[in-house]
Amino acid sequence: MSEFAFLFRGRDTTASPEQMQRTMEKWTVWFKQIEGQGRLREPGHPLEHAGRVIKGRERIVTDGPFAEAKDVIGGYIVIEAKDLDHAAELAQGCPIFDVGGSVEVRPIERI
Amino acid sequence: MEDIEHLFRRESGRLVSILSRIFGMRDLALAEDVVQEAFCRALEVWSFRGVPENPSAWLMATAKNKAFDILRRRQTALSFESELAYKIDTESSLAPTIEQFFEPKAIQDDVLRMMFSCCDPGLKEEAQVALILHILCGFSVSEISEAFVSPHSTIEKRITRSKKVLAACEKLFNITSPQETSLRLRAVHRALYLLFNEGYHGSSQEAAIRADLCREAMRLTSILLTHPQGRTPTTYALAALMSLNSARLPGRVDGSGNLQSISKQDRTKWDRTLISDGMSLLEQSAAGTALSEYHIEAAIASIHVRATDTDQTDWKTIVTLYDRLLALRRSPIVGLNRAIAVAQLEGPERGIRELESIVDRDRLVGYPFYFAALAECELLRGCLGAARDRFRAAASLARNPMERSFFEQRLSECGIEDDAI
Repeated sequence: MSEFAFLFRGRDTTASPEQMQRTMEKWTVWFKQIEGQGRLREPGHPLEHAGRVIKGRERIVTDGPFAEAKDVIGGYIVIEAKDLDHAAELAQGCPIFDVGGSVEVRPIERI
Repeated sequence: MEDIEHLFRRESGRLVSILSRIFGMRDLALAEDVVQEAFCRALEVWSFRGVPENPSAWLMATAKNKAFDILRRRQTALSFESELAYKIDTESSLAPTIEQFFEPKAIQDDVLRMMFSCCDPGLKEEAQVALILHILCGFSVSEISEAFVSPHSTIEKRITRSKKVLAACEKLFNITSPQETSLRLRAVHRALYLLFNEGYHGSSQEAAIRADLCREAMRLTSILLTHPQGRTPTTYALAALMSLNSARLPGRVDGSGNLQSISKQDRTKWDRTLISDGMSLLEQSAAGTALSEYHIEAAIASIHVRATDTDQTDWKTIVTLYDRLLALRRSPIVGLNRAIAVAQLEGPERGIRELESIVDRDRLVGYPFYFAALAECELLRGCLGAARDRFRAAASLARNPMERSFFEQRLSECGIEDDAI
């Protein structure tokens, strides 16, 4: 068994209240499912969208991340899976795809 | 935990109403943005952490913080409400002032104020209803156009234009002024009535959407009843007719989702709680001398729910009530309903004569239920060919598949055509 980080990207800011509620309910179901299989290692955190980016030798500080809505990382969790294929399979049910978002699956290297 | 089935939609109306008092009607878009942001936050946080114990309070606190940030950044005092401008002159007084806006009593008034604001005399009735659905009930443009079976662009234009009319209001509607509220109360009643009717008789084939519209109309009417100026006999009558009619909603479709005519409905499915609520509201509506069209419609509905079947229904009183309703509201639809009651009372021949002599009958030529009523009368008096023709006409005018299959079912019950054999 190995650990994997799921990085969630993208959100729909134009959805109606009803749609947002439906989306939220789908997330709850999906989380419960992952948890019920005993796969959730760290429940992770949602990330706020405002932040700062510090860049380069000059350490220039800008408000950010200012990426397109679809590229902003909205949160992360850590799950447990047999291998990368299995982890990617677990990500299939994530409701983020309904709003055009993506899940980045990254093996965690434990030293 | 409180009922959260349509939590976001409901909270949207409350929060926009509160924030519109803080930012003014001119900045309604800002209020809507703040609410949208609060929902986005909730979506993310709740997805990860589950829905909090008190989700309404969570959303309200989030919206409050955002409003606070915006006001703190603003240099200019707000001019739309002099009292507020004065209070937030110094930063230290800002927080307690904002707190006051979010007190439960204030919120109830804000929702009412928004209801009256949406019924601006500068707006057409259809625009008022669309605004109420959009702002107070949290329906998106797409959801409204789906409910009204209207093109998205039509509804979008209607809402955008109406918001401009609201934005032109220098002052907030004064909910505490008996003069202002009584002047506009009639329009508010009418808008809520139309909202309810869109759900009850509407053209959307989605039973869920229509039930939603009825529920929202009832919810807003009950809020109106909490206000001293809103709590009039006419408001009680409106609430009564909504309860008594929606009590019959569960019987209007059969097990397979098909429309049922009233004579075939399973009356055990009617909602007893709504019926008893409706009856006591009807009693309360009788205080005073006012006799509105809603009083009469509620009285008609009360006769239907009291009867065990169509034969036991007091059609004589219903016809009399329709006569009085016609005197108040000269509408061919009322004329149609009256003619149907006459047919029940005096037989199909008389019914057909009444149907053919409805005032402004030409306005019913596109209405499927007019032809269905004619067809039912023809069927009753044994003219099967004429009945079939009329049911076919009704089916061709059906506004959705559910109506069409209902008319086609009735058509098939007229027997096989002679010339087809």
